[in-house]
Amino acid sequence: MFRFLRVNMATKTCVFEEIPQEYAGLGGRALTSTIVAREVPPTCTPIGPHNKLVFAPGLLGATNSPNANRISVGCKSPLTEGIKESNAGGQPGGHLARLGILAVIVEDMAKEGEWWQLEVSKDHAKLIPAEVAGLNNFEAVAKLVEKYGKDCSYITIGRGGEFKLTAASIACTDRELRPMRHAGRGGVGAVMGSKGLKAIIVNPEGGKTQPLADEKAFREASKRFATALSEHPITSKGLAEYGTAVLVNILHEAGGLPTANFTVGQFDKHEAVSGELLNQLTKERGGEGKVAHGCMSGCMIRCSGILPDKKGKFQSKWPEYETLWCFGPHSGIGDLDAISKYDYMCDDIGVDTIDVGVAVGVAMAGGAIPYGDAKAVLDVMNGISEGSALGRIIGCGAATTGRVFGVRRVPAVKGQSLPAYDPRAVKGQGVTYATSPMGADHTAGYAVTANILNCGGSVDPLKKEGQIELSRNLQVATASVDSVGLCLFTAFAILDVPDALPAIVDMLNAKFGWKLTGDDVVTLGQRILSTEIDFNRRAGITQAADVLPDFFTDEKLPPHNTTFDITHEELKTVFNWVEEKK
Amino acid sequence: MKLTVKLSTTLRDHVKDYAPETGLQVEMPEGSTVAQLARHLGLPLQDIKIVMVNGRQHQVDDPMRDGDRIAYFPAVGGG
Repeated sequence: MFRFLRVNMATKTCVFEEIPQEYAGLGGRALTSTIVAREVPPTCTPIGPHNKLVFAPGLLGATNSPNANRISVGCKSPLTEGIKESNAGGQPGGHLARLGILAVIVEDMAKEGEWWQLEVSKDHAKLIPAEVAGLNNFEAVAKLVEKYGKDCSYITIGRGGEFKLTAASIACTDRELRPMRHAGRGGVGAVMGSKGLKAIIVNPEGGKTQPLADEKAFREASKRFATALSEHPITSKGLAEYGTAVLVNILHEAGGLPTANFTVGQFDKHEAVSGELLNQLTKERGGEGKVAHGCMSGCMIRCSGILPDKKGKFQSKWPEYETLWCFGPHSGIGDLDAISKYDYMCDDIGVDTIDVGVAVGVAMAGGAIPYGDAKAVLDVMNGISEGSALGRIIGCGAATTGRVFGVRRVPAVKGQSLPAYDPRAVKGQGVTYATSPMGADHTAGYAVTANILNCGGSVDPLKKEGQIELSRNLQVATASVDSVGLCLFTAFAILDVPDALPAIVDMLNAKFGWKLTGDDVVTLGQRILSTEIDFNRRAGITQAADVLPDFFTDEKLPPHNTTFDITHEELKTVFNWVEEKK
Repeated sequence: MKLTVKLSTTLRDHVKDYAPETGLQVEMPEGSTVAQLARHLGLPLQDIKIVMVNGRQHQVDDPMRDGDRIAYFPAVGGG
């Protein structure tokens, strides 16, 4: 029953095909990156006909494993010009897996100005002219729901994707049919827009949970994994109560909260944008607000609360820590409600909150908008939706914005903006930013765990010792987690609870009849990274690109007054199993 | 010695009328440890996962100095 769906936007053909042998046993990021590496010419124009856009649920999608229904989106990135995997929660990953579709591969391009929507169901896949072109995500999804109903899930782009902005995202609907879970990074929405694909409607009717080689063994392993998640204080309680925004105060305290475009590591209004306040306001305002909301079926962690406005009406999802940070400390705005509105607008327009929020702070550093001016940022957000000149610049992310406004301090690697941990005060994270084949990406190897959170061990965040190894191990493990379809937050339990990883391995073996060991998971992660690095090399992205901007090594960061002192030669040892061609 | 104390998430529930903006101003005998301060405030030690003194992580047995800023955190995580 497993199959690919290959969609050609030029000929409008949709073909179900058997899984080619070379892709057997792959899912999620392993599958998207392998397909992109094999089928996309590395030197192609990302928003041209030779790029492909691949959607793939993970290996444990549509099983009763907790937290395993994420979807990976892969392509050549218009932002980094290298390989990209960006993944999202929401319902479409689980729905595609239920239909036995391991990957949707979108090829070629529709004619300029044409917009199409793809209907996918059990025995049917068809492109029809889009009925929602020109609309942003919330309105587009509402119209699609009128036609296709509440049991489908929806993958859409807003005007950000239609404009092919290099920070454009792809939205996936959550369980309440809100387009709020995004494959945010790398401009994947621009690739979907370039193909003329406005929406994908996934109808799970007739689909079923995936077949298991050994049902009893799977059930037992799944229960063990659920136990690990329910025992760990972060995955059982902390994330549900305070969301990812719980990190604001701890990063402020550690001096690693990048403020005023990475010039200071602390923000005096940190409490005003904290997870504690988010929790308090949600409870006080009541109404449509909700603490502990899960974005996808099977989620035990439930980190994505709903923030109501002052009248109790839905305002947005709880802004993630990254979103609060870039529109907050980074841009000098200490107003939770204002940031929540920007978050909603990013979801609606379909742009990455991180790259757009960082671009806002960079534009402030360049004098394009006043520092800390919440109203000016609102105008900028409207400008992105309207396609104004400033809106398009900021909608293309921090690197573009920095160039346009002559800013020296542009926090980006391989064209992608740094997220919310200053690499001078959280050095393991700096190693990941510099070396990940995805460009600066906190999720690619989340060294904040051992550097700040005392999770999975402890490594002094201000010293260079141990950071290379930490980042390497986490980057390898993360590539595997992204392939299994698991939410990355399960990693807190995986790092601390000894039985969590064996339980995942046992689930994979029980599902596929494999005999994997923990070591094989490491090998899989290394293979994925090797594939991604090889694509980048063929695209012209060499080891010379594995560095942080030099202001991080030149300028000390208060309050600890440290610089990023891990050398380029040391950074080159991260992927020590990869042989570089001379 | 005079100390400033910051609390996070559920640890705030143990101190009546905790003011997040300012934290607590606490006076303790010279040489008091981080654990003694926690006990003085009624914070359950088993709930404390991370302690920062002036932005650097410390063990609960470490002594403090006049003017230190101490921040207590339970297990927290995000990303």
